[in-house]
Amino acid sequence: MDGDIMNTGKPSSHLAPAQSAADGDKQKSSKTSRLDRNTRAKLGQQLRAVYDEVVSQGVPTRFTELLNGLNSEGKHESH
Amino acid sequence: MNRIDESVRQDVLAAIPGLRAFAISLCGNVDRADDLVQEALLRALANIHSFQPGTNMSAWLFTILRNHFRSEYRKRRREVEDSDGHYAESLTSHPEQHGHLELTEFRKALAKLPEEQREALILVGASGFSYEEASEICGCAIGTVKSRVNRARTRLAELMSIQGVDDFGPDHETRAVLAGNRRS
Repeated sequence: MDGDIMNTGKPSSHLAPAQSAADGDKQKSSKTSRLDRNTRAKLGQQLRAVYDEVVSQGVPTRFTELLNGLNSEGKHESH
Repeated sequence: MNRIDESVRQDVLAAIPGLRAFAISLCGNVDRADDLVQEALLRALANIHSFQPGTNMSAWLFTILRNHFRSEYRKRRREVEDSDGHYAESLTSHPEQHGHLELTEFRKALAKLPEEQREALILVGASGFSYEEASEICGCAIGTVKSRVNRARTRLAELMSIQGVDDFGPDHETRAVLAGNRRS
């Protein structure tokens, strides 16, 4: 699946921690580049944006009704 | 089914938006995600006595939802996912309506991650769970979560940089999903 993009067999074992990448050596990082701070920050930002888009929709009525219905049902039974 | 305490009810309500976001990332489809949330909630409420007060309600609900997805939904999704790219498309919003072309690209990339990497990344990177909580939700070791998150990031970065060759376009299915997205 990944083979067509990177021909380095094992994806993660070749990747050093991000910090050592910051330490200088400009290895050929054409395709399997280690993630620098900016890239990580940007990915994190985008991930949260995608997630928060759904979160900002709040609680759809079907779920509030589900929880409310449960309680009124329970009240009937327990009284 | 039992009546639930108001404080429990509030905690469940507070967890729902995040549960939906997580469910959408698992299902790749808003309607199925909401069905998944509903079924998970019903399970949780039926077993509310097994929730330990004082522990993290959100993590408990995420665990139930994930397990339910794994046992019930996965097969159904795989049937839909197949080769037509439906799954990737269904995670994609219409760029003109949202004005976030970049996020659209990001969603497509996210949809291409292996499921285990995607869920680990979302739990840690978006839902705000610690590695330890994520490892409990996913039922694996903390180190496994860490390595999944790292691989997910690396892969995402690669996908984002080669995204140009990809030509999924918004279409009627995408719009249908969007319509679902907006109905709240």
